[in-house]
Amino acid sequence: MGTRECQHICGESSPAVGEAGKTGEWRDSFPVIDQAKCLPVRQNKPACFLCWLYCPDAVISRTIPIEIDMKYCKGCGICAQICPAHAITMVNEEEFCPHETD
Amino acid sequence: MILVSKKITKKVTTWILDGNHAAAQGAKLSRVQVIAAYPITPQSPVTETLSEFVEGGKLDAQYIAVESEHSALAVCTSASMVGARTFTATSAHGLAYMHEMLHWAAGARLPVVLACVNRAIGAPWNVLNDQQDSISQRDTGWIQIYARNNQEVLDSIIQAYKIAESVYVPVMVCYDGYVLSHTEMPVNVPLQEDVDRFLPPYKPHTILDPANPKNYNLVTLANPRINAEGVLCHGYMELRYLLQEALQNSRETITTVGREFGELFGRSYARMFWEDRLDDADIVIVAMGSLAMEAIVAADMLREAGHKVGVLGLRVFRPFPKSDVVQALEKSRLVVVFDKNISYGIEGATCSEIKSALYGNSVRAVIRNFIVGLGGRDVKARELVDAVNKSLLSLKEGVLNEEYPEWICDI
Repeated sequence: MGTRECQHICGESSPAVGEAGKTGEWRDSFPVIDQAKCLPVRQNKPACFLCWLYCPDAVISRTIPIEIDMKYCKGCGICAQICPAHAITMVNEEEFCPHETD
Repeated sequence: MILVSKKITKKVTTWILDGNHAAAQGAKLSRVQVIAAYPITPQSPVTETLSEFVEGGKLDAQYIAVESEHSALAVCTSASMVGARTFTATSAHGLAYMHEMLHWAAGARLPVVLACVNRAIGAPWNVLNDQQDSISQRDTGWIQIYARNNQEVLDSIIQAYKIAESVYVPVMVCYDGYVLSHTEMPVNVPLQEDVDRFLPPYKPHTILDPANPKNYNLVTLANPRINAEGVLCHGYMELRYLLQEALQNSRETITTVGREFGELFGRSYARMFWEDRLDDADIVIVAMGSLAMEAIVAADMLREAGHKVGVLGLRVFRPFPKSDVVQALEKSRLVVVFDKNISYGIEGATCSEIKSALYGNSVRAVIRNFIVGLGGRDVKARELVDAVNKSLLSLKEGVLNEEYPEWICDI
């Protein structure tokens, strides 16, 4: 069975979760949220959500509290940069969970 | 434009048109919906005429003014993607500037039609005719058709849409700058209703639709990939294979469309090259574009001198009609190829193709290549005759292979 069966004539895909693979595997640092500083949590109402707006991979939920889908978060750190309350910190994966070396 | 005859059989009106106006009429009759082009000598009258058509309400199309040829073709590919029939025209440096988008249009399988008014490329600056510009775009995946006269310019553009929209490959209709673009000759202009019968509306293979969002021509890696729906999708190489397959298969479409055109309009384009007296010819002149007409004059002169000379005028350069060429050259002992282009370091592009077509076949003709007419250098029939005579003489002296082409110039 070849690829002809997809019947595409040019490069084509549909926007869907995981269309580009498990991009979380690309990550070398990950965001940690201090919920006590996060504005929607502090005010207990939909507010701010700049991280949700700016996340290029759409892995941050617009909820209270916000949630980040680590399966697809690439660890770009834009959320940490944009957060006005400095509630997000990027943590190096290696330091957090060092690989065992020979 | 002067109207010479109005009576006609109801099917045709004969106008005196230069190549650029013939191209504009061809685009108009094809009911193009989006035109984006940037003026460049000698193509400018095509864009001017089409903008007049749009401005004067004679053509229901969007004329999009752009700041460059790269943008012109970007507009055409985008408009084609959302289902519009698109047209652009350019020459020389403009075509070179489109290079990236030429690849894009072909790779995205968008049936854009482009009129290339053949002009020499700098350095040094030159605005006159040769075919280096379109030959340099040979490997971009476009179908290339070369017109011998202004009638063929008009007819080829109408056919180009039918071909492109059948096989989803863009088509470049090439015609010689000045020699055709600015030279007036009688052209039969078909009626709109007849063209409408010949050319159905464009049906895009895919269409951008906000209700059904898709990514097109996204980053496609080397290997096939299973998408989110679990379907195995093409990798880069599979998509490129499909483009080659489309060009291979387009040979049949090109000849079928050419035959249908002949049935409706009385001018058949059922072959991918024109033949002149090949039946009994043992010497064949090969040329492309308007040069093929000059070659016919040369063949007349050589026939008068007692040589059995025929002409093979290449009309479709991509896809290259390999097996047909072999058949046409079967009886020849000498093939003289004239090129208005050169692949530096080897020879003229059409000569290479003819040699490649004959490899592995029983045709044992000796092949000679002459580079002529670069940068608008006049090509006289007498010079073609001399070149054939010179080739015959060297053949008599036992020279079978010349490694490099000869140039007809004064160096």
